[in-house]
Amino acid sequence: MHRDDLGAEPRGTALAVAGRRDRRNLRIGIGGPVGGGKTALVAALCAQLRDELSVVVVTNDIYTEEDAEFLRRHAVLPDDRIRAVRTGCCPHTAIRDDITANLAAVEELITAHDPDLVLVESGGDNLTATFSYGLVDVQIFVVDVAGGDKVPRKGGPGVSRSDLLVINKTDLAPLVGADLAVMRADAERVRAGRPTVFTSLREAPQVPDVVRWVRAQLATWRPVQAM
Amino acid sequence: MLTSVLLLADSRLPSGGHGHSGGVEALVERGLLADVNDLTCFLNGRVRTAGLVVGAFAAVAALSRQEWPRWDWERWDAALDVRTTSSALREVSRAQGSALRRTVRLAWPDDPGLRGLDDIDQPHHPLVLGAAVAAAGGGHEQAAALAVHHLVGGAAAAAVRLLGLDPLRVTAAQAGLAPLADDVTAQAASIAARAVADDDSDLLPADTTPMPEIMAELHAAEEVTLFAS
Ligand SMILES: Nc1nc2c(ncn2[C@@H]2O[C@H](COP(=O)(O)OP(=O)(O)OP(=O)(O)O)[C@@H](O)[C@H]2O)c(=O)[nH]1
Ligand SMILES: [Mg+2]
Repeated sequence: MHRDDLGAEPRGTALAVAGRRDRRNLRIGIGGPVGGGKTALVAALCAQLRDELSVVVVTNDIYTEEDAEFLRRHAVLPDDRIRAVRTGCCPHTAIRDDITANLAAVEELITAHDPDLVLVESGGDNLTATFSYGLVDVQIFVVDVAGGDKVPRKGGPGVSRSDLLVINKTDLAPLVGADLAVMRADAERVRAGRPTVFTSLREAPQVPDVVRWVRAQLATWRPVQAM
Repeated sequence: MLTSVLLLADSRLPSGGHGHSGGVEALVERGLLADVNDLTCFLNGRVRTAGLVVGAFAAVAALSRQEWPRWDWERWDAALDVRTTSSALREVSRAQGSALRRTVRLAWPDDPGLRGLDDIDQPHHPLVLGAAVAAAGGGHEQAAALAVHHLVGGAAAAAVRLLGLDPLRVTAAQAGLAPLADDVTAQAASIAARAVADDDSDLLPADTTPMPEIMAELHAAEEVTLFAS
């Protein structure tokens, strides 16, 4: 299998893998800096997958239930499938160092809905904020081109080690003078073969590449829990 | 033993504490707590009231180690329930207790006292903390001390984040409160010892003041908050 194949096997720590055997749901973390398009991506994934899969969402917005409210307002899922965790000014702590509040929220949703797919959106943070693999099985890191084409070059654990890097808002690239080819080359250099996709959630909200990646994660997931 | 107990004293212990302000956010939002002095006064009152209560319940849980696994958790759980008049605060205590249980169950998987907590749907935080201190090899006074320590530490950390207070001055304020916290801890531990010896939960304290309870209710009804409580 190509290392940059979007259907690569889900990664994660040994502990997370061991814990997988007794559950049927796949947990995907969606992190990245403020405003990159995390909520837009969650909404897009819900819209694409909700008819065939049972999907639930946990949000971790910094200040409010903003993300959860957005998802409810746009009715991408019924209200009771969305839960907001409050993170006390520390969004990265809630997804990495102390995941207990998020685990509780995930478990409540699992008890209520027995989902196939759990999406956990982090609060917007900086390039160093990544999910603990105690909370999620795989993670997507979302950055946008508006921050400049230097972002992949700067690296950081989100850019370099996430299971999928999404570089969003390609429609804005000409406006901010971001060179997508440079971004792709830099991402490839730091990501050691892990996949990167370019999206414009504004222009192509079906995000086929990301949906394909999620489906591949689910496909490789199921045999694990059947073992 | 000391190292294990210190693990439980560390604010970095994954137990959901960072998402709670101990009532500080609601006061800050209303302009009722604005500087280190206000924080010190607030904490002084909290230590004497809520501190005594959580300290005593943590000590009870630590003391009852010998009786595990036959110990009647639910009775003491209910005794703390009736002493927590705000339903929002009851929920907060139970949410934090569940979070802590998750972590300490994995840390001391064979401890019968902690296993006994599995039977409670959402155990109160001070009881889980006391049981964890016992599992770590600590005594009931240490359990009371940690309960008071977290009450103060959680609120102080939140005040630093919310108001941009000088963290060095806030630490100094905490150091200034330490003798009071020690007194309250000793009091809580001795009351707990009596309650356990007499097998009488009515002996445990119920000290409180209305303001934090009202604030907790208002906070829970608020739409825009950074902290869960
Ligand atoms: N032009 C353009 N705008 C986008 C795109 N994707 C998202 N946006 C907009 O960018 C803004 C931020 O998107 P969100 O989805 O809220 O970003 P987020 O990462 O969830 O933000 P936080 O949760 O606040 O960190 C919104 O106004 C979106 O409509 C895109 O591909 N192109
Ligand atoms: Mg968002």
